[in-house]
Amino acid sequence: MTAQTPTKNAAIADFGIDTTSRTPAQALRDYLDRVRGGELGSLPALLGLLLLVIVFTVASSTFLTLNNLANLLAQGAGTTIIAMGLVFVLLLGEIDLSAGTASGVTAAVMALHFVKNGNLLGGMGNTVFLVFVGLLVLAVAAALWVRIWAGAAMAAVAIVLLALGVPPDPWLEMLLAICVGTAIGCLTGVLISKVGIPSFVVTLALFLAWNGVVLQLIGNGGTLSISQSPVLFAVANGNLSVAGSWVLFVVAAGGYAAVVLSRHFGRVRKGLVALPTVLVGSKVAAVVVASAVATYLFTVNRSPNPDRITITGVPYVVPIILVLLVVGTFVLDRTRYGRHVYAVGGNTEAARRAGVNVPKIRMSVFVIASSVAAIGSIVYSSKVGSVDPNAGAGNVLLFAVGAAVIGGTSLFGGKGRVINAVIGGAVLATVQNGLGLLSVGPAVINIVTGLVLLLAASVDALSRRRAKATGH
Amino acid sequence: MTEPILELRGVNKSFGPVHVLHDVDLVVRPGEVTALVGDNGAGKSTVVKSIAGIHQIDSGEVVFDGEPVHIPGPREAATLGIEVVYQDLALCDNLDIVQNMFLGRERGKGGFLDEADMERAARETLASLSVRTVKSVRTQVSSLSGGQRQTVAIAKAVLWNSKVVLLDEPTAALGVAQTRQVLDLVRRLADQGLGVVLISHNMNDVFEVADTIATLYLGRMVAQLPTRDLTNTQVVELITAGRSGDIGLAKPEVATV
Repeated sequence: MTAQTPTKNAAIADFGIDTTSRTPAQALRDYLDRVRGGELGSLPALLGLLLLVIVFTVASSTFLTLNNLANLLAQGAGTTIIAMGLVFVLLLGEIDLSAGTASGVTAAVMALHFVKNGNLLGGMGNTVFLVFVGLLVLAVAAALWVRIWAGAAMAAVAIVLLALGVPPDPWLEMLLAICVGTAIGCLTGVLISKVGIPSFVVTLALFLAWNGVVLQLIGNGGTLSISQSPVLFAVANGNLSVAGSWVLFVVAAGGYAAVVLSRHFGRVRKGLVALPTVLVGSKVAAVVVASAVATYLFTVNRSPNPDRITITGVPYVVPIILVLLVVGTFVLDRTRYGRHVYAVGGNTEAARRAGVNVPKIRMSVFVIASSVAAIGSIVYSSKVGSVDPNAGAGNVLLFAVGAAVIGGTSLFGGKGRVINAVIGGAVLATVQNGLGLLSVGPAVINIVTGLVLLLAASVDALSRRRAKATGH
Repeated sequence: MTEPILELRGVNKSFGPVHVLHDVDLVVRPGEVTALVGDNGAGKSTVVKSIAGIHQIDSGEVVFDGEPVHIPGPREAATLGIEVVYQDLALCDNLDIVQNMFLGRERGKGGFLDEADMERAARETLASLSVRTVKSVRTQVSSLSGGQRQTVAIAKAVLWNSKVVLLDEPTAALGVAQTRQVLDLVRRLADQGLGVVLISHNMNDVFEVADTIATLYLGRMVAQLPTRDLTNTQVVELITAGRSGDIGLAKPEVATV
């Protein structure tokens, strides 16, 4: 094509410089250019995580023990999962302050169903039960109005479960919690996208309201214990068997390698833009080796009293987070819906003119955030074995938003991935766990966590400024 | 002469008591660049928005491809094959060129994206327009220059097989080299057989690429004449006074609104 370039247009280079394959050195240079240009992604969080691990390993003898690391995973899992759902909301530049207490409501409903032997009508009282069902019906109507069929279906399942009065069953109870989460998201979303109230105000109001609902459901000073249910308790405290752990490794790492490599070679074959094979190969190899090592370590007995008790296997929270990560990433990267989420977050007006249904996208992210938050609530309730009136209140939401932002999701919208929430969640869990081991007390823990979040938000803002300046 | 692809006949439009367009006629032929000029407030944007389906006309006729049409919204305009490239360029900074070109009309089955197909089509379109200067079609739009962004926005129209492309001040914010690049592209669009409407304040641009020049004066179409029959001075007179010698409004008094 260069040959055809008319000489009078010498100022214009050629689209022939459009390259589909680069040498590894070029690709690395391009990556460094992007980082310098302000596209940091998860890099600061990963470096921070490494630094924290080194500091805590030096400072505390128990930090880098297998038992503590497994414990750290389970501790951070609930918040991390809520953060994964919040990524969708943050991608639109919106915020969901109510995700924490909304998750508390779902946990309370789940626990109440378990404790009252499936008798939610008795557990809530007639008035509360009727109001609750009424709200669920409203949620279905809202979802139908904006044509979010999945949301309407899930909320309808919650109504069916309540109306049928199903017997206590841990799986049904978890399903109920998730469906209630979906219904809550439908209500939040419709207020924001159709009524047009700013998300900050809607979710601030709902943050308070849901906190009140949790208190109403559980009763002042009460606690609903779920640790008697083997399944509910095992979610965050149980482990896969040793064989199961290796199966998970084969499925997860093998699947990752197969998907990444087949996609890469497919792109190369079709002459599309692709990274150098060497880089893709080494990335896949690194992930496979790292997960093999991690799986092996988890199959070693990590009990503090190895002679009396044996604790082995990968904690259940790992596959739970992996599934959410894979599904979330797939939805954002490979579906029309995900593309539209990024588009609305990047330039709402452009998306609208291109024919994207902006109100539907805006509502749907809140539905996703609340549904995923419900999964998070199952995990954190399982970890402590009970649900109290403070479920999902306090720091839960702030830590979840913090995890997403620390991992590299932009608060300004349009930039972020589900993996950001996982990495950010790991950073926060490490800070909490490490400082806890050093027994410095909650004062220091909160101050340090706050500063870490502040640092992450500053990195976000500064990298945006740099991106503007360098035109990235 | 070829049949017009788009024609306005006696179009009137009022916003409340303000009569913005008076019996406006406009002819857009395929393969030609029709420049739409006029002073601020002459009604250029209203004409474009009426064609794009953003405003509804009060009376008159819009004829597309020989058929009278009613355009109730932007989506219907796009279905007919009318594409508008707005001055503020509706592009998403956080998406790459391919993603922007296909935004709202992504290819793929059942909600899943066919990236390979889209990337290939985008590259072919850009190559067919001899679009240059971009390192990769996977470059994020945020890192493109103003001219390159304009180019992507225009290429989008070609990709979707539009028949008429309306360009609202495409060179307003561009430097010399970039203006050159965009004007070349505008010319190529017409050479590919599209009907191009170019709104511009810049007489140099207009005389360089336009085949016909349509001048609006206070909501009236005072003249639509081939560029070769007009001089720069005449067009400026038409824009500012509504008449120039024998061309334009017969009696200047008529123009008092």
